[in-house]
Amino acid sequence: MSDAPLDLSALPDDELVQQMHDDLYDGLADEVALGTQLLLDRGWSAQRVLGEALVEGMRIVGVDFRDGILFVPEVLLAANSMKAGMALLRPLLALTGAPRVGKVVLGTVKGDIHDIGKNLVAMMLEGAGFEVVDLGINIDVQAYIDALSEHQPDILGMSALLTTTMPYMKVVIDELTARGLREHYIVLVGGAPLNEEFSRAIGADAYCRDAAVAAETAQELMEARRELARAG
Amino acid sequence: MSSPAPAEAPGSEALPGGVLVLACGALARELATVVALNGLEHLHLQYLPAGLHNTPQLIPAAVEERLVAARGRYDQVLVGYGDCGTGGRLDAVLERHGAQRLPGSHCYEFFTGSAAFERLHDAEPTTFYVTDFLVRTFDRLVWRGLGLDRWPQLLDDYFGNYTRLVYLSQFPTPRLLAEAEQAADRLGLRFEHHPVGTGDVEPVLVSIGRRPLAAVTG
Repeated sequence: MSDAPLDLSALPDDELVQQMHDDLYDGLADEVALGTQLLLDRGWSAQRVLGEALVEGMRIVGVDFRDGILFVPEVLLAANSMKAGMALLRPLLALTGAPRVGKVVLGTVKGDIHDIGKNLVAMMLEGAGFEVVDLGINIDVQAYIDALSEHQPDILGMSALLTTTMPYMKVVIDELTARGLREHYIVLVGGAPLNEEFSRAIGADAYCRDAAVAAETAQELMEARRELARAG
Repeated sequence: MSSPAPAEAPGSEALPGGVLVLACGALARELATVVALNGLEHLHLQYLPAGLHNTPQLIPAAVEERLVAARGRYDQVLVGYGDCGTGGRLDAVLERHGAQRLPGSHCYEFFTGSAAFERLHDAEPTTFYVTDFLVRTFDRLVWRGLGLDRWPQLLDDYFGNYTRLVYLSQFPTPRLLAEAEQAADRLGLRFEHHPVGTGDVEPVLVSIGRRPLAAVTG
């Protein structure tokens, strides 16, 4: 086997995409960015590169993380590689004005500064075609309410890593209910100490155990909402 | 939460008897010290690997396995864990087995005392806490555990939101202090030292260890 570096530009499209999945898995940001640019230069739309090369690659990473084959550092490296590709695609996606699947306001709850999972969710949602407004960390109820009012999203996403901060999600949901706003939004929650039972108990619409599931769940619930609107 | 009633009268010779303290390996040195200092050698200490904290979803099953093995052999089991990121799943296991655990979410909380820890955390939520154990194992569990030895570029992903490292010391030595300060430096965080000792751990162990068996099992 030759030790010469692989010439990505010499690969046909299908092999290049496969190689990008491998490079993303291995956290090779420069290679992923190069592959992204090559596909764009070959006339691929930004949407297609995003879906077939980056999102699909990250989906594979997500599966192996779930199965205990990959761990947090590897997932972060993969995510940073995807970011490198996204940096090239984002301006093009904005230019083409591709229709958005929906809009999400997302943040880590008050008292909690952990955002690795939330950032992955934001990236996977963006990859799935959502417009994402990331509020950041340590978000209190008023900041959530203000952001919902300003951005008018379809979905509110809340994240917490600490057992001590996860109950704050209920504070936010209760406030939405008190203001008669709860039914306006799909509420998704996630974070290591959470589970479905907690999600149901606090009145969220769904618990998302990882970033890939969050993107899938967001799409499913948006579709269900549209179905409901059509039926109504 | 009370433990199951003993099969025979407290103090009976037929009882296997005694108290099991089933704890995270991160507490091993501190628990052994408290036991020795207070003459509580009759408490039976068992430990689970501290590395489980990197996969908290595995903690409840690991604890349950030990609780099943201990069934019928002790009058009371105290579990030396906080919630430790299990989201209440550990408490569910303990409830099934009639065991109780130390108060608090994490070891740094029950070493500090819940009220004091809350004040500390509220004052600066962007704080990373280390105990004696975490200072000793910083390189293995934190630095290499997070892959920072191989991928130092991930430092900001992990610690970009943090501003200070607080060393909540149990039995500090000049060497531990220096290592804690070095840890803060490696993470790019401001360093503070708060000597908290063993906090809630010592009174709980002493209380259990000195209680007559009837009270322990009641």
